[in-house]
Amino acid sequence: MSKEWQPTCTSDVLRLRAQLYNKIRDFFSERAVLEVETPLLGSGCGTDPQLDFFNTYYCTPPLQHKLFLQTSPEFAMKRLLASGSGSIYQICKAFRNGESGRFHNPEFTLLEWYRVGFTLPELMDEIAELMFLLFKDYIALNDPQRFSYQEIFQHYTGLNALEFSYKKYSDYAQSNNVADAVTICGYDHGLWLDFIFSHNIQPNLGQNAVSMIFGYPACQSSLARINKDNSKITDRVEVFINGVELGNGYYELTDAKEQSKRFDEEIAFRRQIKRPVTVKDKHLIAALEQGLPECSGMAIGLDRILMLMTGSSIIDEVLNFPIHRA
Amino acid sequence: MAIYSTNEFKSGLKVMLDNDPCAIIENEFVKPGKGQAFNRVKIRNLKTGRVIERTFKSGDSLEGADVVDVVMQYLYSDGEFRHFMVPDTFEQYQCEEKTVGDASKWLKDQDSCTVTLWNDATLSVTPANFVELAIVETDPGVRGDTSGGGGKPASLETGAVVRVPLFVQQGEIIKVDTRTGEYISRVKE
Repeated sequence: MSKEWQPTCTSDVLRLRAQLYNKIRDFFSERAVLEVETPLLGSGCGTDPQLDFFNTYYCTPPLQHKLFLQTSPEFAMKRLLASGSGSIYQICKAFRNGESGRFHNPEFTLLEWYRVGFTLPELMDEIAELMFLLFKDYIALNDPQRFSYQEIFQHYTGLNALEFSYKKYSDYAQSNNVADAVTICGYDHGLWLDFIFSHNIQPNLGQNAVSMIFGYPACQSSLARINKDNSKITDRVEVFINGVELGNGYYELTDAKEQSKRFDEEIAFRRQIKRPVTVKDKHLIAALEQGLPECSGMAIGLDRILMLMTGSSIIDEVLNFPIHRA
Repeated sequence: MAIYSTNEFKSGLKVMLDNDPCAIIENEFVKPGKGQAFNRVKIRNLKTGRVIERTFKSGDSLEGADVVDVVMQYLYSDGEFRHFMVPDTFEQYQCEEKTVGDASKWLKDQDSCTVTLWNDATLSVTPANFVELAIVETDPGVRGDTSGGGGKPASLETGAVVRVPLFVQQGEIIKVDTRTGEYISRVKE
C-alpha cells in the first residue's frame, strides 16, 4: 500500500515544533509584544520581482474577486502598526509559488515581528537574543557576528559589492568555478550579487553562530529604507546560521510616496520579465499615508529553524505533509 | 526532442549540454529570500563520464537527449570494434574499443550487457552487475584455507584481474561484482 498518506516527519518533530512556538510566544510575551493574526487571503500582494504568488477567486455570484495568498504577512501587519497597534508579532503560513527544494516548500511557516521605535542595530540585538534562546539546547552558538554586506563580499571574493565592474566580476567567476555566472548575469549587477552571494559566500556564513549581514546594496531591497549616510545601501539585515538563510529584516520604509513609486517600478519590471502581474496594495499605501510609526521588522522561517535544530538535510523532515503529499 | 525546464531536472534525466548528451545526477534549488532563484545541477557527461557542476537560472531549459539503454548480447571483437546484438530483433551495433573502455575486461561472448545508444549510435557499454568468468591463471591455492584473509591475484578469461581467496583454483568459475571488481563467490558448474 502507498505510504503517501503518512507524514514525512517524526512525531518528535511535531512535538519540537509545538515547543518552539511556545518558546517564541513566551519570548514576546515577556517583552510585551502583542500576538496578532492577519488574513492569509488579500486583495493586494507583494510586488517583489523574485516572488511568485498563488491566487484564487472569492465567488459571490455574479461577481468574482481575485484574491492572493500572502507571500508574507507584512502588508497587513503594517496596516495594524499604522492604526496604532504598537509592537506586534505573528506566527503564520506564507505562500510562494514555484519554490520547492531542499530548503523550500511553497507553503511555509514564518515568524514575523515589528518593533516600534527600534533601529536596525536594536532589532539585530533582539534577533541574536531570540536565536540564542531557541537554539540553547540544540546548537551551542558562539557569539553573534555582524558584518556589512560590502565587508563580507570583499572578504570572500575580493570584489566590491557596491561598484559593478563586468571585468572584475567575470574574472572572479572564471577563476572560482562559477563561470556560468558570466552567461547568466551579463551586465545585471543585482543578479551577479545574488549569484556570487548564494554560491560562494552564504555557505560559509555563521558556523555555529548567528551571522547577521546588514547594509544590502540598494538594488536588492524593495521595502527597506535607504541608509541616511550612504545612499548605495539600505537598512536591511539577513540572518544566517550554518550557511542557512533564516530570515530578512528592515528598518521599515515609512514614506508612502517612495513606497508607491517602488511598487510601480517593480510592477513594471515584473511585466518586463514576464512574471504574473501583481496588484499594488492600495490599503498599504493608504496606511503609510496615514503614518507608519518608525519601526524595524523581521521575518524568520521557522521550518528552517527546525531543520537546524534537528540536523535535517531536507525541509520535508520537519514538515508533516510537504507539497508533494499535501 | 522535448525541452525540459530546471523544475523537471530529475536524477536520471538525459539532456543535451554543450552539444554532448548528459545525465542529471542531482538538482538543488538555491534561492536567496529576496533574490533570483538558481538551480545547481550535478550532471554527468555520458561521452566522457566526467561529472561537472553547472548553475542555471530557475526556469531555464535544456533540450532532451535521445539516449536509451538497451540490453544486448555481446558477440565478438574484430580488433577495432566490439559487436553487440539486440536479442529480440537481431539488430546489430558496433562500438569502438576505446568507447567500450574499462567495460571490455568483463565482456564475454554471448553475455548480456547494457549498451547506451545516443541517436541510435553506441555511446557506452555497461557490463552486467555480476558476471561469471573462468580463472585462466592464478597461483596454486592452499586447500582447506577458507579464511578468505589475504587472497591472491587471479587472471580471468576476459583479461580482468581480481583478488580471490587462497583456496580458489585455476580453471574454476567465479562470480564477480563488476562495479567494484570484487570476487563474490565460486560458481558450481
